[in-house]
Amino acid sequence: MANPIDIAARGTPPTLARKVRGLSDRAIAWIFVAPTIFLLLAINIFPLIWTIRLSFTNYAANKPNAEVKWVGLRNYERILTDEDIWSNMTTTAHFLIWTIFFQVLIGFTLAWLINRKFKGNDILTTLIVLPMMLSPAVVGNFWTFLYQPQIGVVNYIVEFFTGIPAASFSMLGPGGLAPWSIVIVDTWMWTPFVMLICLAGLRSIPDYIYEAAEVDRASKWRQFWTITVPMVLPFLMLAVLFRGIENFKMFDMVNLLTGGGPGSETLLTSIDLKREAFEKWRTGYSSAYAIILFVTVFGLASIYVKALNKVKER
Amino acid sequence: MSAYSVTEPSKTSKWAAALLVTLYTVITLLPLVWIISTSFKTGPDSISYPPKVFFDPTVEGYVNLFTTRTRPAVSELEALPPPEGLMEEIARRQGTIITGPSRFGERFMNSVIIGFGSTALSIILGTLAAYAFSRFKVPLKDDLLFFILSTRMMPPIAVAIPIYLMYRELGLSDTHLGMILLYTAVNISLAVWLLKGFIDEIPREYEEAALIDGYTRFQAFRKVVLPQAATGIASTAIFCLIFAWNEYAFAVLLTSGNAQTAPPFIPTIIGVGGQDWPAVAAGATLFLLPVMIFTILLRKHLLRGITFGAVRK
Repeated sequence: MANPIDIAARGTPPTLARKVRGLSDRAIAWIFVAPTIFLLLAINIFPLIWTIRLSFTNYAANKPNAEVKWVGLRNYERILTDEDIWSNMTTTAHFLIWTIFFQVLIGFTLAWLINRKFKGNDILTTLIVLPMMLSPAVVGNFWTFLYQPQIGVVNYIVEFFTGIPAASFSMLGPGGLAPWSIVIVDTWMWTPFVMLICLAGLRSIPDYIYEAAEVDRASKWRQFWTITVPMVLPFLMLAVLFRGIENFKMFDMVNLLTGGGPGSETLLTSIDLKREAFEKWRTGYSSAYAIILFVTVFGLASIYVKALNKVKER
Repeated sequence: MSAYSVTEPSKTSKWAAALLVTLYTVITLLPLVWIISTSFKTGPDSISYPPKVFFDPTVEGYVNLFTTRTRPAVSELEALPPPEGLMEEIARRQGTIITGPSRFGERFMNSVIIGFGSTALSIILGTLAAYAFSRFKVPLKDDLLFFILSTRMMPPIAVAIPIYLMYRELGLSDTHLGMILLYTAVNISLAVWLLKGFIDEIPREYEEAALIDGYTRFQAFRKVVLPQAATGIASTAIFCLIFAWNEYAFAVLLTSGNAQTAPPFIPTIIGVGGQDWPAVAAGATLFLLPVMIFTILLRKHLLRGITFGAVRK
């Protein structure tokens, strides 16, 4: 038989005592969470709903008094059948794929080297990380200076090392180099991001796994492919997710470097959207454009996260 | 005999790795070094070819950054009384006279006000929400947390269209308050996710002990949890500050005369006759330096901050 005093004590749970003294936990939880949710509803969700509504109209923000007509799905139809927009999507995909390719390649290699734990690796890591914390707009603007035709530092360095005359090519001008120039700047800025995440992955692998492999006489090469790569993969995939979402939204750095030019060679969807919305003032049309972009990024990210979770479970 | 470990890399491989990483560091820092060195060059030095690595340093760029100037005719310039003060003297040496202050100081202050304002607000709201998510059973907790994160996936331009319309209706266009609220809304997802991670790490026993001692929940939160979470709060604050400081898309679309911050302003700095690169570089240097210092201070929490707390060391 249980002690009657114990039973009585269990009958008054400590939460009750707390409730008497102050607000209940549930009330506090709501009071604490509500302001955040309210702010996000007001500045994210309400505008999103507004955008959806506008996307079915021909509204133009620079003509607030003009009659607004309901156009149904016509905006969506026009965007999805517009070849220029598909070409911008291709430009964005080119940017996305190559930046991720180079950042993963260089970032992983750097992390792998830094993980040799040589003296001073922490200082170098801190220095390498600097570019990614800086304002993409200010840095992108300065790269136009480094990329100047004929007299730019980049042209000079290329001439110095390869002998190709500096005056014979232009990093941001016509000639097809511009899409690669923006890939270079983005890779310069964001490789450290992939590197840091890979480094965390490498450091999470316990030594004893390698020791066991060594006992089994597995070659270093085999250890790399059967231990290192699979163990770092979930981290690497996370890095790719972040970079993918960020670069799909890319606006600031590229807008200042090329503004989408020359012609439309570097016209990423975000820059095109800005032109439609804030230069041509086709608000209804660009709202539909925005919704399509948002659904695309959200859909791709969801599929990707599912794949990521599968890799994690293995 | 010293202990032999199979996982310890060999001396040669360490050396090779150190060499390659050092090489990468040097290359990756070159553009930053170039920005800083350009800010101390004269106009002609900055665009000379081949590029000048060694040059006579000058603060012309900084003087030009903070002033507006005109270039009078040479005869007019010679007729003027001798220059007063260092700034005027440096302007004269370039054949110009100072006509007034530039807008850089104002834009920089806007960045400071909006940056600190939105950081403070994000941290206050974020800490409260993170504490609730960490300690209480909030209905639909995972959905709410995911919802908070998903707001970050929207392209800024897509959000800017309705915000532009909404702010125009509410009179918040081009105001500090409008930008503070907007940046807070963007930063709050980061703040909640990071702070939840930090608060999760504080053992619940401390609070429970305080509750038994007769503290109310709120007192326990204020006197036990907050001091323990101070480092986490500080590093989250720096991340929010850096985001607001660097933000460009919203600033360029939603501000113009009054509340414009430095990132949209710096690229528009134009000297007397064409883009004044030393002045642009001077503006960039002053603008980027605080972030570089913060990055070095933050290095231990960097990974956590950039992955929304998904990766911890």
